[in-house]
Amino acid sequence: MSKYKYLILRRLTQFTILFLYFGANVWGWKILAGNLSFSLLFNKIPLADPYAVFQMVFAGAVISTDLIIGTLIILLFYAIIGGRAYCSWVCPVNLVTDLASFVRRITNHQKDNLINVVKFRKFRYGFLVAMLLASIFVGAAAYEFINPIGVFTRAVAFSVGFGWMWLVIIFIFDAFVLKNGWCGHICPVGAMYSLIGSKSLIKVKHDKEACTNCGECLNVCPENQVLTPVIGKKSDFIKGIECTNCGRCIEVCNDNALKFSIRSFIKGEKNEENSNT
Amino acid sequence: MDRRGFLTNMIQLSAAAVATAGVASAFAIENKDKPLTLRPPGALEEDDFLKTCIRCGLCVDACKNRDNIFKEDGKKVITLKLAAPGDNVPLGTPYFEARTGPCYMCEEMPCLYACPTGALTPNECKNDKGKVAIDYAKMGVAVIDPSSCIAYWGLQCTACYRACPEMDKAITIDWKQNKRTGKHAYRIPIVHEDACTGCGMCEEACVTEKAAIKIFPREVALGKAGDRYVKGWDKKDQQRVKNASTNTKTVTPVSAENPLQNLNEGVSWQ
Repeated sequence: MSKYKYLILRRLTQFTILFLYFGANVWGWKILAGNLSFSLLFNKIPLADPYAVFQMVFAGAVISTDLIIGTLIILLFYAIIGGRAYCSWVCPVNLVTDLASFVRRITNHQKDNLINVVKFRKFRYGFLVAMLLASIFVGAAAYEFINPIGVFTRAVAFSVGFGWMWLVIIFIFDAFVLKNGWCGHICPVGAMYSLIGSKSLIKVKHDKEACTNCGECLNVCPENQVLTPVIGKKSDFIKGIECTNCGRCIEVCNDNALKFSIRSFIKGEKNEENSNT
Repeated sequence: MDRRGFLTNMIQLSAAAVATAGVASAFAIENKDKPLTLRPPGALEEDDFLKTCIRCGLCVDACKNRDNIFKEDGKKVITLKLAAPGDNVPLGTPYFEARTGPCYMCEEMPCLYACPTGALTPNECKNDKGKVAIDYAKMGVAVIDPSSCIAYWGLQCTACYRACPEMDKAITIDWKQNKRTGKHAYRIPIVHEDACTGCGMCEEACVTEKAAIKIFPREVALGKAGDRYVKGWDKKDQQRVKNASTNTKTVTPVSAENPLQNLNEGVSWQ
C-alpha cells in the first residue's frame, strides 16, 4: 500500500478538483468553481493560472484586481511550497500521459521514440516564449485556444464536444511517438510551473549511502534527466527544475534512498541534514 | 556539449518552437473569428472580450444555478454554454443560442457579476444616464425575414411580440390593410434596435419551422449611415454629425481631369 501512497493521494486530489468543478456547475457548489484557468475557492479566494494571465497581458487586456490577486496566490504557493507539483497533483492531463507511460511500461516499449529525447526536452521553454509573443499577434491568449488542460477541465465541468479528441491525440503521441512527450517536452504550462517552482522548499532528497543503484526510480520518473545527475552520485536534493514532486521515485525505491524533504534557503547549509518527513 | 553544438541546438529548438507556435496561432486566429457568436449581457466588444475572457466558466456556473430556472418538458433550459471543441465558437468562451436557450434577462444579472476579469462589465449594460439594468443589455439585435414571417403573409401570429420582455418597446405591431382580401389586416412585427437587448425570446417563440426572427450580434446586423446623411428634422441626429469633416472630395477618373477638357475633347465631331 505504501508503494502507492503518493500515487493514490495524487489521483485523489486530481479527481477531487475535477469533481468540485463539476459540482459547481451542476449543483451550484461554492467550494471550488470555475476551471483551471481561473477558480473561486469558497466563493471568495481567486486563483488564476499565471501563464494564462501573462498571455492576456501580452494580448493587451486590462487585468482586473481579482486576476492579479489570484495570480499572486498561485505564484507564491508554487514558488515557496509546491514546486512543479501542479503538473502531478492538479493537472488532469497528467492522468492521460501517466496512462500512456503505463502502457509503455507494461508493453516494454519504454525507449522506442521517434524524436531525440534529450535535445527536445528544452523545446517547451521556447514554446512558452513563442506563445506569449504569439498572443500579441493573435490579440488574445493564444495558447488557451489549444490548451488541453482547459479542454479537459471544461469537458468535465461544462460540455465535452470534441474535447476527447485532444486527449486521444496526446495519448497517442505519448504512447507511440515520444515517451512523456506532452508533459515532458511540449506543454508550456508545465514549463511555466517549472520556472515558478524552481526554488521551492519541498524537494525530493537523495541519500547516496542507502542507494543500491537499482535504477527503479530512473525507470519510473517522467523527467528522469533531473535524477541522473544525483542518483548514486551524491547525497543531495533533486534540484532539476522539471521535477514534478510526484513522489513516484520515493515509492518505487526499495532502499529508502529517496524522500520528500524541506530544503533550506540559507546558503552553505545546502548539504546538511535537515529532512523531516 | 561544446559551444557550437549548444548554439546549433538552441537555434533548432527556437525554430521548432516558432514553427509550432505559428501553427497554433493560425488555429487560434481562425477559431477566434466567429462573428455570429452571441455573448452574455455586458460583454465587451468582441475583440476586447476575447482578450479579457479567461474562459473560467463562472458566468456559465452562475447562469445554470440562477433562481429563475426555466423548465421545458421537465428539462432545464440551458442558456449560457462554454464553447467546447466543435461548437464553432472561440474555444472555452461563453455563448448562447437563442433558438434553443435564450437569455431570460434575470434582473440581478448573476452571470455578469460572476465575471472576475471584467470581460462582462456593468459598463456595457448602462443607459445614457448611467443606470445599470438588464434592459440596457446589448447582446444582439433581432432581425426579421419577411419572406418566411407568416405575419407578412397576412396570417395572425404576434408570437414574437408577445414573447418579447421589452414588449411594445423592442417589438411593436404595425397594422396595415390586407388588400388581397380587402377585409383583413396585416399585423406586422417591427423591431426597434434601440430597445432590443438581443435576449432571443422572440427567436425561441417564433412558430415557423426555422425561426423567421433571429438574433445577430449588433456588429453584424446593424448598418451605419455615416456622416453624409442626417435626419434634418431631428435635433439629436444633427448633433451626431456636428464634428463631421466637411473636407471630403470624391475623385473619379473623369472628375480628376479639368472639366473643360471633357467638354471640349470628350466628343468627336467626325
